[in-house]
Amino acid sequence: MWKTVIRRILIMIPQLFILSLLIFILAKQMPGDPFTGLITPDTDPNRIEELRIKAGFYDPWYIQYYNWITNAAQGDFGRSYTHEKPVASLIGGRAMNTFALALFSVILVYLIAIPLGVIAGRYHDTFVDKTIVLYSFISFAIPAFVLYLIFVFVFGYRLMWFPTSGSVDVGLDPGTWEYYWNKFYHLLLPGMSYAILGTTGIIQYLRSEIIDAKTMDYVKTARSKGIPMKKVYSRHIFRNSLLPIAAFLGFTITGLLGGSIFIESVFAYPGMGKLFVESILSRDYSVITALVMLFGFLALLGSLLSDIILSIVDPRIRID
Amino acid sequence: MAKKNKKAVENFKSESSPPTGIQVVLREFKKDKLAMFSIVGIFALMVGILYLYFFEIDKAAVMKISLIDRFTEPGVRGYILGADEAGRDMFGQLIIGATNSISIAVGITLIANIVGITLGIIMGYYGGFIDNFFMRIIDFFVTLPTLMIIIVVITIVPTYGIWELIYIIAAFQWMSTARLVRSKALSEARRDYISASKTMGTSDFAIMFKGLLPNLSSLLIVEVTLSFAGNVGIETGLSFLGFGLPPSTPSLGTLVAYAMNPIVLSSKWWVWLPASILILVLMLGINYVGQALRRAADAKQRLG
Repeated sequence: MWKTVIRRILIMIPQLFILSLLIFILAKQMPGDPFTGLITPDTDPNRIEELRIKAGFYDPWYIQYYNWITNAAQGDFGRSYTHEKPVASLIGGRAMNTFALALFSVILVYLIAIPLGVIAGRYHDTFVDKTIVLYSFISFAIPAFVLYLIFVFVFGYRLMWFPTSGSVDVGLDPGTWEYYWNKFYHLLLPGMSYAILGTTGIIQYLRSEIIDAKTMDYVKTARSKGIPMKKVYSRHIFRNSLLPIAAFLGFTITGLLGGSIFIESVFAYPGMGKLFVESILSRDYSVITALVMLFGFLALLGSLLSDIILSIVDPRIRID
Repeated sequence: MAKKNKKAVENFKSESSPPTGIQVVLREFKKDKLAMFSIVGIFALMVGILYLYFFEIDKAAVMKISLIDRFTEPGVRGYILGADEAGRDMFGQLIIGATNSISIAVGITLIANIVGITLGIIMGYYGGFIDNFFMRIIDFFVTLPTLMIIIVVITIVPTYGIWELIYIIAAFQWMSTARLVRSKALSEARRDYISASKTMGTSDFAIMFKGLLPNLSSLLIVEVTLSFAGNVGIETGLSFLGFGLPPSTPSLGTLVAYAMNPIVLSSKWWVWLPASILILVLMLGINYVGQALRRAADAKQRLG
């Protein structure tokens, strides 16, 4: 299996390279340049030209690409023009928020989806099962931003249970217990809305897996030996159905990161998704390219992770 | 006596012949009242929206700015659903927006599915190098953060309207269809009837599109329906973020995007809530119909 893993990692390198080339060319085609934003009526046009030359704006694209990719490989993605600081440190700060949100959501997804999936499968075709299936159907069909807005409207503005924007209140000292509690409090509503949409796949999978398992020979054997149904579920069915669920982890994380554009825009949550939208609007190329590369890398990593977990927990599936 | 027997044989025949595609679908919808309700409801809704768009709504009058009517509440001064920040009639905008969103989604679905289905069948039928070549491209794009790349491409295009938006989104939507069709075509292309066709000297093109395609149709109907729902979601999502249609041409997404203004979100519900509910109803309805079709296509899941 390790051979396959290494091969997959080796395939990731050309994939990332093509992605980098693609995104670099696309970013170069964008109208305007970051310096356009700096022009005010009293700036000297020559000064802007000087900045452009200094940043290598007039070099041929392959030289610009070479410079960019060699720096990027060393972790230097240039400077953000609108935020006036290195891209790496800018993204670093936002990434912590996005990862905190994603982690909290992943935990919630599994906490919600596993019991619901098991209950739906166990009490298959009852009222409870139908309700759970309906819930998972709605969470599959509903567009993310509509649900988020309704949640902000109901829980944020009407009931006023949760804050509606930001990741932490101003005026709290980092490092104090209150600061972290406040951060967590800001995480609750987006995290929950986020998690509700991520449960569908796991619920559906667990449900059908358990319904299938009911007719399996090993369950019949266990029953005929006189083991109570409760124990058959907890010892046999549950354990067999649960392992492949772990493989959803990679896809869940990738899905959550991709969806961060919507959730962070609606909740005005300062993470990478919101940073991406802001950077597009201000034509901040260095930030855009770095973010797409990072998301692409994480997506590739996520699918690799899922394949690896799947091949470990389910010997029937071998990835080679 | 002989006549009677013949009749009995005929009866027997008609009873034992398996129901054809359309009968299975009808039976499935009859059994599932909610799916029946969805398909009738969605159809009525779309016809109603199109009727209002083409015969009742004065598009120029709707988009005219009238600051006196700023944030008029619903039901006041002839505004059925009130007015937005610029005093434009929300009901009219909702109809125009829905028409735009639905046409864009139809356009994306058509283009992406024609490309996806054609490529998928070719890949599945020929296999080998062609299959490998396109699979690598598809694998590459499927793992990418597509939404981000679509946004970057949209910002590059100098002039864009409905058609440019359709092309750009469709360019990233054909891969999953192609992959699905390919996997089905791959097993179907090894069947005896295909080999028989080949030995009879039928051209590859005829086998693929007259022999193979009809046998994948049940799968394709499901795929097209569900991808239509998905495309409504993508278009409205992009417009919501501000990367879809320009604000002067309303879409359901741009109407919901008014809610990004906290004042509108918290106290002017009539500006954003109707569009949100319309998106919700459309998505749930189309998906429900898609699920019912999926059950009809898969004998194991059928209710009826």
